[in-house]
Amino acid sequence: MARFYDIDVASRFMLGTAGYPSPAILAEAIAASGAEIVTVSLRREGASGQGAAFWDLIRATGARVLPNTAGCKSVKEAVTTAQMAREVFDTPWIKLEVIGEDDTLQPDVFGLVEAAGELTRQGFQVFPYTTDDLIVAERLLAVGCEVLMPWGAPIGSGRGLNNPYQLRTLRAHFPGVPLVVDAGLGLPSHATAAMEIGFDAILLNTAVAKAGDPVAMARAFGEAITAGRRAFEAGAIEARDMAEPSTPVAGTPFWHSG
Amino acid sequence: MQIIVNGTAHNTAAGTLAALVEELGHDAGVVATALNGEFAPRSDRAGTSLAEGDRVEILAPMQGG
Repeated sequence: MARFYDIDVASRFMLGTAGYPSPAILAEAIAASGAEIVTVSLRREGASGQGAAFWDLIRATGARVLPNTAGCKSVKEAVTTAQMAREVFDTPWIKLEVIGEDDTLQPDVFGLVEAAGELTRQGFQVFPYTTDDLIVAERLLAVGCEVLMPWGAPIGSGRGLNNPYQLRTLRAHFPGVPLVVDAGLGLPSHATAAMEIGFDAILLNTAVAKAGDPVAMARAFGEAITAGRRAFEAGAIEARDMAEPSTPVAGTPFWHSG
Repeated sequence: MQIIVNGTAHNTAAGTLAALVEELGHDAGVVATALNGEFAPRSDRAGTSLAEGDRVEILAPMQGG
């Protein structure tokens, strides 16, 4: 089980809900993924009232929602969006994004820390989308975050873990803090790699939504995350440069001894 | 009176935020509102008056990553 703000979940997969070929495929993908937490957003409502239909679909899946502040570039925007999301989705959880730059969608970590502190004071439970910077992570914890969500690579890039060394550093430095790799993964093996180094969960969207068969890819990621977690719990061997016979050498037959 | 709703100019007879949400046909229990950049909770909409040039945001659930 993983725990986020006193909520236990069996699945370590958090799935985004954007960009699927159809609402039906989205619902199937959520089911296939095994995810118990899905991310959602708020957008300007048009005359068609499509927001209500989407919300009905998500509620029918039974998943817990993690609303985001996607697209927000200032502390003020992010805080207001979070307040609106709390009312609509009836949850204190917020995936806090404060975007600092358009080409990389890199978090504005200064705004992120400020917004995280303000939202925590207002009773939110903040899931900050951050870089892999150690000091920023410390600041986020200091202002009240109890989860950290460093990027693997820029949102939607599908590159995988750009800096596994830094992610391992975060894991070693914050052994008791739930850590989630959020964004940038493309392949199930990327997710496995993050889980093998001890991350608590994976959050992704594009790699599933834009796959040729999103439902099959959702299942593949779910299995990969489970495999990576089991490997972490099992305890991996140390890598070494030279061979080490796996077959016992004692009792080797006579023809080996010349 | 002219106000800005979700970035677009809008002529309205609504005197309050609650009346505007109703005028636009939105489900009051599904949308969230902000007035001039400040969150306006559902419970405050009926008591929130609108004035010429106000900027209103009306947001609803949407897919997100």
